[in-house]
Amino acid sequence: MTEPTTVVSVSGVTKTFPRGNVTALQDINLDLGAGEFISLIGPSGCGKSTLLRVIGDLVEPTSGAVTINGKSAPQARTDRDYGIVFQDAVLFDWRTVAKNIELPLEMLGWDKAKRRARVEEMLSLVELTGFGDHHPWQLSGGMQQRVSIARALAFEPALLLMDEPFGALDEMTRERLNLELLSIWQQLRSTVVFVTHSISEAVFLSTRVVVMSPRPGRIAGIVDIDLPGPRSVETREDPRFFELVTEVRELLRLRGEHLLPEEEAAAAREDA
Amino acid sequence: MSSSAANAASVQRSTAARVTWRSRLHGATHRAGLIALTVVALLALYEGYNQLWRATGWTWPFPADDTTLPHLWTIFKAFADPAQVNQPSLFSVLIHKALFTAKEAFAGFVLGAVFGFALGAALAHSKLLQRGFLPYIVGSQTIPILAIAPMVVIWVNPKLPSGMQGWGAVAVISAYLTFFPVAVNSLRGLNSADPRMLELMRSYAASTWTVLWKVRFPASLPYVFSALKVAATASVVGAIIGELPSGLQSGLGGAILNFNQYYSIEPQELWATNIIASLLGIVFFLAVLGAEKAVVRRAPERRA
Ligand SMILES: Nc1ncnc2c1ncn2[C@@H]1O[C@H](COP(=O)(O)OP(=O)(O)OP(=O)(O)O)[C@@H](O)[C@H]1O
Ligand SMILES: [Mg+2]
Repeated sequence: MTEPTTVVSVSGVTKTFPRGNVTALQDINLDLGAGEFISLIGPSGCGKSTLLRVIGDLVEPTSGAVTINGKSAPQARTDRDYGIVFQDAVLFDWRTVAKNIELPLEMLGWDKAKRRARVEEMLSLVELTGFGDHHPWQLSGGMQQRVSIARALAFEPALLLMDEPFGALDEMTRERLNLELLSIWQQLRSTVVFVTHSISEAVFLSTRVVVMSPRPGRIAGIVDIDLPGPRSVETREDPRFFELVTEVRELLRLRGEHLLPEEEAAAAREDA
Repeated sequence: MSSSAANAASVQRSTAARVTWRSRLHGATHRAGLIALTVVALLALYEGYNQLWRATGWTWPFPADDTTLPHLWTIFKAFADPAQVNQPSLFSVLIHKALFTAKEAFAGFVLGAVFGFALGAALAHSKLLQRGFLPYIVGSQTIPILAIAPMVVIWVNPKLPSGMQGWGAVAVISAYLTFFPVAVNSLRGLNSADPRMLELMRSYAASTWTVLWKVRFPASLPYVFSALKVAATASVVGAIIGELPSGLQSGLGGAILNFNQYYSIEPQELWATNIIASLLGIVFFLAVLGAEKAVVRRAPERRA
């Protein structure tokens, strides 16, 4: 096997928000090979969303640099090298569901017929066939999130940045869309950065799981997921799957993830 | 799975369509009934006050007699009577004048709305312009319109083609009242776009124009429409006031000036003119309301 080419390279990235003087990210170094599926996992506020935004050039790092396909992050954004799914659906009220999914295709200058055809494909992929004419506010929260996933996948970007895309979904839909996402990933040979709060989801989907720790946001450790073969429903019953879940959980725990801020404060007081 | 989902969707859609159709019809008759009831109640209040104060001789807060409060039937009869000997009825005269004023007001409304929106859009794109210009825009509205109307007539009329002489200047005066609410609300509306949507557009490397057209403009529409509703009635008032210094006799402003002089003899004619003027304002308002219903598509609770 040849060495996979680096798609995303994050080197020495620190991000401090002037407001409140929060260090959201400190000295993050991370390389993503082509076709990798990386999950970011960590407690709330550890900077997962911020890291995703820095990669997408939606937030400028205070120091350090990001390159995508050898280009600077702003250049990659201008070239529309990635698609992004935000933590909230962020749909346009005044557009129908179909028109929302079409948005990136309009930006790419696709003609109407081609856009329509793709939208139908995407709607059936996220099981919303027949809802194209609805407005977002007529859908449930989970359905809205599926529309936003369809919108990000519509133009088949080689790099997908996904911020807790399945967070608002029920367990059944979530597992089905996990499989769906894996098959899309394999078909398109895309590279995925996936933020999640679910350890089992991270292990099930990823080639590597990046565990982050808060205040300041750092990489606590990286777990290589060496599960055999293409993932399927059986993967979740594989003993190796459980070992890896435990490994990720231990890493999170080591970094005090089980402690709520109040407990942490209490512990500090006891120490004193 | 997907075909059953499609079935469920189409069932849901057709019931939804039926429900909205029925509730719309129901809502419309309901609203029309409510409006009719309000009008009848107001007329009854007017005539009731009139009768009671005349019968008792009460003078507080103001007395009722043929000059201060002509009877309803006197006003309605004035509509049917000819305005002058051997002329058509006052009603048809007033309708003609109202159409003339409507032309001025409509031109002023369009002019003011376009200028106001363009101004709002320019200010929305530059904090510097906003800081520099906004105080003057607000200041412009503190000058009484009657004070600048004669100057506008003198400035504007010589520049107009012959077909627009007179009424064109009045339209400009009307636009002066119209542009302000539109400019201020457009600025607010264009800045009201969800920052996450702007972030999404940034991820598509969208140009400033694309962001304006696809995000900021649609997001501003509820704000713009609430301004247009204010501007619609303001444009009619502006047109009527603009006619006064212009010496135009063809519109409602001229009629008001005229009937004012004869008020002590025939108060009902001024009252009748006022009714037509306010109806014109209502028609303008309803037209904007209708346009809003047709254009603004968003969650019912998010309509501004
Ligand atoms: N625009 C901003 N201005 C100021 N502080 C910010 C901003 N965005 C994020 N932060 C801060 O940066 C830290 C990391 O935020 P971030 O949203 O990246 O966390 P997260 O890991 O995605 O959390 P969650 O799992 O809850 O989504 C937080 O402390 C947050 O308060
Ligand atoms: Mg987040």
